[in-house]
Amino acid sequence: MANVSRSPWLLHYDGSSCNGCDIEVLACLTPVYDAERFGVVNTGNPMHADILLITGGINSQNASVVEQIYNQMPNPKVVCAVGTCACTGGVFKECYNIKGGADTVIPVDIYVPGCAARPQSIIDGIVQAVALFQKKHEEMKSEKK
Amino acid sequence: MASKKSVVPFGPQHPVLPEPIHLDLVLDDEKVVEAIPSIGFVHRGLESLVKKKDFKEMQYVVERTCGICSFMHGMTYCETIEHIMDVEVPVRGRYLRTIWCEMSRLHSHMLWLGLLADAFGFESLFYQCWRMREQILDMFEASTGGRVIFSVNAPGGVLKDMPSDMLHAFVEKLDGFETELHKIADIFLNDYTVLTRLKGVGILTPEEAHDLGAAGPMLRASGIARDTRKLGYAAYGDLDFDIITSDDCDSFARCDVRIREMYQSIQLIKQAVDKIPEGDIAVPVKGNPEGEYFMRVEQPRGEAIYYAKGNGTKFLERIRIRTPTFANIPALLKTLKGCQLSDVPLLILTIDPCISCTER
Repeated sequence: MANVSRSPWLLHYDGSSCNGCDIEVLACLTPVYDAERFGVVNTGNPMHADILLITGGINSQNASVVEQIYNQMPNPKVVCAVGTCACTGGVFKECYNIKGGADTVIPVDIYVPGCAARPQSIIDGIVQAVALFQKKHEEMKSEKK
Repeated sequence: MASKKSVVPFGPQHPVLPEPIHLDLVLDDEKVVEAIPSIGFVHRGLESLVKKKDFKEMQYVVERTCGICSFMHGMTYCETIEHIMDVEVPVRGRYLRTIWCEMSRLHSHMLWLGLLADAFGFESLFYQCWRMREQILDMFEASTGGRVIFSVNAPGGVLKDMPSDMLHAFVEKLDGFETELHKIADIFLNDYTVLTRLKGVGILTPEEAHDLGAAGPMLRASGIARDTRKLGYAAYGDLDFDIITSDDCDSFARCDVRIREMYQSIQLIKQAVDKIPEGDIAVPVKGNPEGEYFMRVEQPRGEAIYYAKGNGTKFLERIRIRTPTFANIPALLKTLKGCQLSDVPLLILTIDPCISCTER
């Protein structure tokens, strides 16, 4: 954490979650848990975002939306699947409209389990995402040289 | 000069939208002429799971219809099954359900107040509301072990008891919460800047609210006194409360109604703690449900309807859930017509949208 050179921006998208993980993600950004102390800032614009927090599984309607958001994000980018639904489809896995976890349409780097995921584990996921973002950023820089 | 109409696609992912709904806003300059919704981004099809999960497991699925009023979804489902199977829940179990219900309403309304503050750009107020909401979540965690989804319902009663010292500690905490709420409510109800954003915005007349089938605070803020809690499910029949309404019919009235409902929830919890009897919290449920039942409850967002039909096997034949946000979308479209573009996020918020409820 000590040698992070940039402050990554966070984007949150609600796939098809039950809102449980969404409100926990939001709770993470508010004073009691305050994930922003790890140097991240919440944004609503995919084109400004470095880390995507995605909650909920993928269904036929939102698959293209998730893909589009992912493609709009600049490189390097990190995807963090928050909650069991985003990891595997969770309790809704057998529903006719659920394809599975977020990794069915976009590459996922970090999986945060839990139903709903607890703020502590979401923060852990964010901290890992920040470190991974830094690593990817440095790799990109050395490739350019 | 006649202006040209333009269409702004709004959502499902948008910086000011809390939840994935898509609206096509037809604009005449800055004025919204029409809003055309399209939904389905959160549709999972959980009602179809009745064929794969038995009626006891199904409780854990319906609870995840919505993470905000998850307790009430679980409770409604269980009460529906209990009615079908003629199971009498012990009085203590019913009181515990009432207490958790009202705590859910408190946290949901607090969450809504915060999002409302965020919608009109008052960020520090948003943070204050969410800080206060954590006190309620701490109570949930102390009594059930979960923060948002806690699976304490089961057909036949509840799975966890609250000892009396815990209940009294909660009442003490709620007193502190109420004092803080007075301070926060003062800003929402009296601050000049806040009032300019809320007063007279999004008028929904009583006739429109009735005809469009609005539910919950949206309906009561238009002066129609309808509260499903008066039907007396759980332990509401033993408790004394009035239906909170307002005649202003605007966004301010919706905010006012919700704030007064929070005071009422605190009062209801106190009443329930005073009256709660000792005894069992659940009875064993034997056999499989056969028959059908309709159940209506008052969730923080309004009236939810559950229908279940059993055929004597452990798998239900059908379950149908109608949630309050679904009922409020026509009313939302009505209020959006003729409003300014900058008021759109605020108006979407005043119905307290829960899209994952709506689409299940």
